[in-house]
Amino acid sequence: MFELSDKPIDGTALRAAMMPVPSAGALVVFEGWVRDHNEGQAVGSLSYEAAAALCGAEANKIIVEVRQRWDVTGIRCVHRVGHLRIGEVAVWVGVTSGHRDAAFAACRYVIDEVKARLPIWKKEHYADGRDRWIGA
Amino acid sequence: MITAPDVFGLVLVGGHSTRMGRDKAALQYGDKPQAVAAFELVARGCSRTFLSCRRDQSPPHGLPGIHDVVDNIGPMGGIVSAFAAHPDKAWLVVACDLPFLTEATLRALMSRRDPARPATAFRSAYDGKPEPLCAIYEPSIADRLRERVARDEVCPRRALAELNALLLDLPDRRALDNVNHPGEYEEARKALGATMKVTVHYYAMLREQARRDVEQRETTASTAAELYADLSRLHGFTMPVANLRVAVNGAIVGMDAVLRDGDDVTFIPPVAGG
Repeated sequence: MFELSDKPIDGTALRAAMMPVPSAGALVVFEGWVRDHNEGQAVGSLSYEAAAALCGAEANKIIVEVRQRWDVTGIRCVHRVGHLRIGEVAVWVGVTSGHRDAAFAACRYVIDEVKARLPIWKKEHYADGRDRWIGA
Repeated sequence: MITAPDVFGLVLVGGHSTRMGRDKAALQYGDKPQAVAAFELVARGCSRTFLSCRRDQSPPHGLPGIHDVVDNIGPMGGIVSAFAAHPDKAWLVVACDLPFLTEATLRALMSRRDPARPATAFRSAYDGKPEPLCAIYEPSIADRLRERVARDEVCPRRALAELNALLLDLPDRRALDNVNHPGEYEEARKALGATMKVTVHYYAMLREQARRDVEQRETTASTAAELYADLSRLHGFTMPVANLRVAVNGAIVGMDAVLRDGDDVTFIPPVAGG
């Protein structure tokens, strides 16, 4: 399941919602946090913008790919949109599986593909007042 | 007194459109795909009209069709197949890739038709040779065409030249200009002022530069890349088209995707989630 959220991501609640799964022996969670620097620049905050109508279909493709490659019991991904301060959670991925290898690999796959494929854009606001769309 | 045979219409849509890269019968200059537009144009002057299709092809848009009984010989296969289906009719044969063809041109052909000749056609404005794909073929030519096909002589232009067709001057020099390449399609759309309405969504840098997140635009652009070029001039976009992807009606497609009226277009700058 994939969602966009314009409210702060509550990792504790998301983790609780993935449990319990009697057949799962592992939960791997990845949280992406807003960091105060990038490529040598002091970052003050970030803005995320998403093409919501296009994200769902692409995220579903990623989830289908995961289920084809690994035996996982649950997948959840939430991506923030809007303005985020340093230390906030930008993206949360949780994967449950019978064993840790599949959970680690699938979680890694989800975050990598989400970053590379979903129509989501990031703008860095720098400490000196400038800003820049990443990748543009 | 001998009455002239009734004229049926035949619109050729069985081509493979190899050079165009997509079905020429589906291209659009106004509010209808070309197969439908040509069908309606021809049907105005004919008692019955058919789409000429390959054996493996369903006639598009639910229109009546005649399937080829001879395969892979191009338009000549469609013409002899039409005569096989209705041997006593004359056939107004028209290609589906003639965007400049008008009712006036067809009326000129019909009104100057000589049913005593094997065919009536226009003389090309460029080389003086017969134009075989906007021509009336009389029932009297059917046997000659079948004989030629049996000898592997499948060029309808040569058939008209050698079989004493009546040749008329074209009232409009470019009336039979055909469209084979995407570039020619774009030029034809521009020349015809073919416009359509599309909804365009902008994100990130494009949204900031356009100062809006969505707009309706009336455009003559035929592809997503061309629409972006037009919008770049309007909004001052600085992002090179090579950096973009595009979604049309929710599906990611190539920038050379041909747009249709009513499409919902989202330009996707390089993404950076996470």
